[in-house]
Parts: sequence; structure tokens; C-alpha cells
Amino acid sequence: MRKPFAITLDPGSSLANHTGTWRTTRPEYVDRLPPCNGACPAGENIQGWLFHAESGDYEAAWRLLTRDNPMPAVMGRVCYHPCESQCNRARLDTAVGINSVERFLGDEAIRHGWRFEAPQARSGKRVLVVGAGPSGLSAAYHLARLGHAVSIHEAGPVAGGMMRFGIPKYRLPREVLEAEVRRILGLGVGLHLNSKVQNILETMRGGSYDAAFLAVGAHIAKRAYIPAGSAAKVLDALSVLRSMEGAEKPLLGRRVVVYGGGNTAIDVARTAKRLGAEEAVIVYRRTREKMPAHDFEVEEALQEGVLIKWLSTIRQAGDASITVEKMVLDADGFPQPTGELETLAADSVVLALGQDVDLSLLDGVPGLAKKDGVVQVGPGMMTGHPGIFAGGDMVPAERTVTVAIGHGKKAARHIDAWLRGETYVPPPKHEPATFERLNTWYYSDAPKSVSPVLDLVRRQSTFDEVVQGLDEGNAQYEARRCLSCGNCFECDNCYGVCPDNAVVKLGPGKRFRFNYDYCKGCGICVAECPCGAIKMVPEEI
Amino acid sequence: MSFQPVKFYQTGTFTVGNRLLAENERSVQANMQRTNSLNSGHRACQGCGEALGARYAIDAAMQATNRQLIAANATGCLEVFSTPYPETSWQVPWIHSLFGNTASVATGIAAAMRVKGRSDVRVVAQGGDGGTTDIGFGCLSGMFERNDDVLYICYDNGAYMNTGVQRSSATPPAARTATTMAVGAEPGNVFGQGKDMPALAMAHGIPYVATATVAELRDLEAKVRRAMSFRGARYIHIFVPCPLGWGHAAQDTIRIARLAKETGVFPVFEAENGEVVSVSKIRRKLPVEEYLRPQKRFAHLFGKPPSTEVIRRIQELADRNIRRYGLLDAQGATP
Repeated sequence: MRKPFAITLDPGSSLANHTGTWRTTRPEYVDRLPPCNGACPAGENIQGWLFHAESGDYEAAWRLLTRDNPMPAVMGRVCYHPCESQCNRARLDTAVGINSVERFLGDEAIRHGWRFEAPQARSGKRVLVVGAGPSGLSAAYHLARLGHAVSIHEAGPVAGGMMRFGIPKYRLPREVLEAEVRRILGLGVGLHLNSKVQNILETMRGGSYDAAFLAVGAHIAKRAYIPAGSAAKVLDALSVLRSMEGAEKPLLGRRVVVYGGGNTAIDVARTAKRLGAEEAVIVYRRTREKMPAHDFEVEEALQEGVLIKWLSTIRQAGDASITVEKMVLDADGFPQPTGELETLAADSVVLALGQDVDLSLLDGVPGLAKKDGVVQVGPGMMTGHPGIFAGGDMVPAERTVTVAIGHGKKAARHIDAWLRGETYVPPPKHEPATFERLNTWYYSDAPKSVSPVLDLVRRQSTFDEVVQGLDEGNAQYEARRCLSCGNCFECDNCYGVCPDNAVVKLGPGKRFRFNYDYCKGCGICVAECPCGAIKMVPEEI
Repeated sequence: MSFQPVKFYQTGTFTVGNRLLAENERSVQANMQRTNSLNSGHRACQGCGEALGARYAIDAAMQATNRQLIAANATGCLEVFSTPYPETSWQVPWIHSLFGNTASVATGIAAAMRVKGRSDVRVVAQGGDGGTTDIGFGCLSGMFERNDDVLYICYDNGAYMNTGVQRSSATPPAARTATTMAVGAEPGNVFGQGKDMPALAMAHGIPYVATATVAELRDLEAKVRRAMSFRGARYIHIFVPCPLGWGHAAQDTIRIARLAKETGVFPVFEAENGEVVSVSKIRRKLPVEEYLRPQKRFAHLFGKPPSTEVIRRIQELADRNIRRYGLLDAQGATP
């Protein structure tokens, strides 16, 4: 072709010019560990399941959630949600209501009858689980999904452990608990009720088990010496809560004093109120700031008319009154007696001073270490005796349902590896997705949705559930408040803001990739990524 | 604001797209089939605001005109970095004019299309602030006055960047450029000079005038779409930070544009037939210092001691913008 005057070259595209060679640092897509996931004692992939809930795919959300925790309907009610305390959104407005979305998913699963997928293959190994509390059920679930044959031996008449005998109905309706237990048993897990294991080694030999997971819980109430008259009625919190499950409700009288400052003390006081007590008084030796009970539970109890006497100890219990002594906190924050006495009317005193573990089933097991009334375990939850693992309240840890569920999962993974003669090595954790990594400009202002709460009069007189669930609209709204910290949620920002078209959009669910032929390494994509899912790394030059 | 923001979602319409929004609620830039009018391989600096603004605007115009678009381009950074002989980054019919006559060239193209009866083919003229407010001002004013059917887009980075950062009549007061050095009693560009180009365009009474920044994509695209719904002369002034000339980090291009809007330094609004019809409100108001401090062209204001008086005067200008255009919700803006 003849070219115009002074033109010697054919026109070409600038694609011939690989501007990627200018680059000294390159952007890379990363997944960072969101603070909620990092804080979850059960190790849930919270950001991951919220991602599915955002698009309304609740079943996918539930399936991802239950890869780590088999009981979302229970946890959505009783978990103290450490995830929400760590939520980055709290620094924008308020934390995402993770717990209430979890409950919504759990309830949806029960409503629709979603079931767990059966394991792909059987391992041929048999594992004994002792105790059908949260930890035992969690371990049984995970072991069953890994293909092992699992039998649970439970000393009590029903499954649930502390979820049934320690947590009142108004916080955890029994049909919810039963539905989630049933679903775990549906995986083929054997459950033997009323069969207390007396000697673990004998039981293991008798059933030819290859490994055992112990989770007997802490069911022996701690006592404190209180001089009491012969007619004084002194009970312990656990037996009060346990008898709530039977036909005969405990007789506590009109004026009930609860001694202690933990969540159990609050549970008993609120239960007493519901049983018709005119006065339910918690006597606690320290201050509200020092109280181990969770703040929202204290708040709910106070709303229901529970009274709390701070900085007091019980000196003596009579038949219709008790004597308390005022305390002061010393410089180290420990309560010291003042000698100042006061009399309180009381028909009964309930001690809620903590629980001990019944370790008698471990008598004579070689290699096992016990300390402070609990069993010592290694990082893989294995006791000093090979093949015997333990978790939940009977090992040194915070005693909550969520921690117990986490123990069950962790132990199951280690048991699985141990059965194959291997050692379980947890995958390396992603680096944390801190608030500073986010570009919060892009998030809409959206305050937290509040779960409806039962009318106060009904809370004082019935055992109906106090905190109600979210409806679908609210649950989805709440899920969509998630900032997706550290994990791409496909907002297209990187794809849009690149001045060099060097970001390739791969389509729904496939995220993006960089075209390093043209990426100049300006870093705008990193700066403008809302959730901090891109990072700059130096090029090797 | 000329577009309907989507509420009730994680990121609403602040981000470019979102997997959960319906296709028609996403931006042109979120689309996998966007034109990419200004393709990869162009020679703009790292983090170039103008390259970004040009692709945003022309992609939106391409979509609005069903890909029946011709662009005329004044000399300047945009032309130099996109078309070094014999390469081109443009994926639209594109013609390079002189520095000062791109408005006239576009007028000619529009006239030719009229003669050929091609009312479906639309014309865009584009240039930097030098080619628009200084050298091309006469041609542009004529185009406005004749109400020629052209959309003129000015990418304002506040100086002649490709020749080495010389002052233009769009350079902000106190800014250091190669020709307004940070020396003497009043370092940097002088106060009280320069041209308010959007206001001058409005004074011509043309059908449509708008301002936009690269930090608000949805707003920018909506304005291009709106502009394309008119016949006659239209003008869009896009604020495009320049990492090289302004002396800010390449990654901060969008942040600086956002700060210009949030401080009131650059008012974002649209006007029809000479009247302001809507403004983009400030979301989180900030003092001008936040905008000035990350830019080396204002570094002399933050020496020891800082030039508090100069900063106060810049703040005053920003406050005047906020007042004049009603950029804050509380002050009762024009609807």
C-alpha cells in the first residue's frame, strides 16, 4: 500500500508497548485473616459464610459454617460472640451482628431440614467419645465426617451436657438443641445414654476403640464453707438448673439469694425470678467491672428486676435471713473484709461458685497428668496417654460452649491424623486484616439491626426465649454490613480504577487477575481496595 | 448528584460495581465488555489521573452513543502519551488537532456528519487544561457561542504537565510549578488569577455544563450520559490529579481527587442552560490542609513555620465554593 508523504510505518496498537517493565513493585491478590475468624474459638470462617448470606444463598452459608461448627442454631443463641468484639466495623459504627445471622442460618437449617453430607469413605477406625456435651458432640460430628465410626457414652439421661443442664430454656429452647443433636446423630454417630464410663481403659478395650475423646465436663459444684443454721436452705446452682429439666421444679421461696458473680449466678437469679420469686438478689464480693459474667447478661438480668449486692460476702445463713459482710477492694483489686455486717431476708441461698471435674474415670491411666483439678493436654489435645484426647471444661481453658466446640473440632483433626499414624499440621494462618488495611470510604453508613426482645412482663414470669431471631430481610441486611475484611468480595474497584487496564475481570465468583505485561505498579488498586485484599510486593530486580 | 445512589448495601454505589447489584445498576467500568477506549500500553506515568479520567469518560460516551463516536484531541499529555508514532492506544475513531483548535476541529466533524445525514454519530472534543483554558479558549468559546453539537471534555490537572509542569490559567493559587517557583514573598502561583472554566462555560448559556472527579465514577458516568442526551454545545470539566506535577504518591491519585471534593476545593455540580441544577454533596467535610499536605507542590506551605495565612486564604476559597454551590447538606443546597 502506498503510504502518505513522510509516513513509513503502518499504524499499530500500543499493546506492543509492555509498560509492565516499568514496575518496581507489583500488586498481588491476597486473602487476609478477618479479625472475626481470628477470634472465633470454634475457628469458623465467618467472613466466608457471611459472603454467601449476603447473596441470599443461606444453604451455602450454612454448609460453610457447619464445616467448623455443627450447631449454629445453638451457638447463635448462647455464644458470647468474641467475633463481634473484634469486628472492624465497630470502629465505623457498630459491629456486624454475626451472632444473630448465625442463629438465623441455624434456624433456617432446622426449618428446611438441611442435613450434613455423609462422609465419602469409611476409615474402619472406631473412636469413643465420652460425654455428649458441646465438645463431645462437636468431636463426634467432625470424626464422623472424616469417616470414622463414633460412639458417644453419656452419663446423663439425655444429650446436651451443660447446654441442657446449665443453660436455662429462656436462652436456649430445648427443641432447638434437640434438632441439632439429632442432625449430628443422623451421621451415624452412636449415642449411649445413662452409661457412665467408670474406667476409660476398660471401656476402650471392651469396645475395641482405636482412640478416645474425653469431654465429661465440669458438673461438681464448688462449695464454700458458710456457717448455716439447721433450717437454712443452701443449694448449689447446678442442681437448681438441672432440676429445671425435670418434672419437679425447685422450691426456692419468695426471697432468693444467689452467691457468686459468673454467668451461672445470673442464670440462677433469672430462673428464680421466673419461678415466682419476689426478690432475687445476687451477692458478689467484688464490683461490676470485676464480675466475670458477661455484661449483656447482667444488663438483661437487671432489666428483669434481679438485684445485685456488690462488694459483699455471706458470713452466715439462717433459716429466713443471711448475714453479709461489706468488702473493700485493696490496691491489687482483691476484696478485703471490713467487719461491717448487714442482714438480708432470704428463704434460700444458691451457691454459684464454679464447678469441678469428676476425673474418676481416669484413675489408673498411665502417663496422664492432672493439675488444678483438670487434665493436662498437649497442643494436639492429646493427654499424656497415647490415643486418649480430652477437651471442653475438663482441660485448662475458658469454660464456654464455643471453646468446647472448638476443642472438639481441633481434637477430631488430631485424632484423625493420629489414627493414620501422622501428625496434624494446621495450615499456616493468613496475615491479619487489620482496620488500617481497609479503605472504609467505600462502605455505606448502615447501623446495626437490633434483635427484637421479649416483653418484660413475660420475661419475668415465663421461660419463653428472651431474644428473638432476625427475619430474612434483617438477617441479609446484617450480613451485608460485613466489610469482608481481607477477602475480595468482587466490588470491581480494582478493575475500574486501574489507569492501564491491567486488571482482568474473570467473571462472577472468579475474582480478578493482574495483567503484569501492562501493570506499571502505581498501587491505586491497593489504595482503593475497600477490604485490603491486594498488597504490593517488591519486584526482584 | 445526577445519579440515583443505591442504598442498603455494603458499599452502595461508592464502588465501581458489586457482584450483588443488577447489571443496570453497575457502572460502565464494571462491565467486562467495556470499550477500553484508552487501551493498555499507553505511556502515561504511573497512577495517571488523566488516563483514568479519559477512559472513564470516553467509555461512558461510547456506551451512551451506541459506539457511534468520534473524538478530536488537543495536543497535550493525553495526546502525547497515547499516540507516539506509529502506535495508538485509542479504540475509538480519533483525530489529533493542534494544541489550540480542537474545539474547531470537532465543530468541523459535527458539520460533516450533519451534511452526511449521520445524526447517530456524535462528536467529542477533549484536551487538558492548557489546551482548554489558555490556548484553545478562543475556539472553545466560539464553539459554545455557535452551540455546535459537540461535547467538550477538559481533563484538568492544573498545569502543562508533559512539557515540564508549567503554570496554566487553571493552576491553583500557591501551587509550585516550574514557572511559579516556591520563592519570594508569595511563593508559588499568585492568588486572584486564573479562570473558572465551568463558570465561563455556563455564562455562554449552553445546554449542559458539569464538573466531575476521577474519585466519583458513578457521578462522572451519569454526567457523560446526561450530556449525550442533549444536542448542542456541552462541557464537562474533570478533575484529574497528576502524581508527577503535583508531587503526590502514584497510589494516591483517587484519594487526592476525593479530598479535593470533600474539602470543597473542587465543587462538583451540573448546570443546564446556565443554571446549576444539582450538586454532589460533601460526605465527610475536611479542612483544606488534608488536601494540600500530601502534595509536594504545596510543601512550602508546611515549612517551619507553616504559612497559616496562605492556608487560611485557600480555606476561604473552599468555603466560598461550599457556600456558592451549597455543598453541605445543612446549608440547604439548590435542588
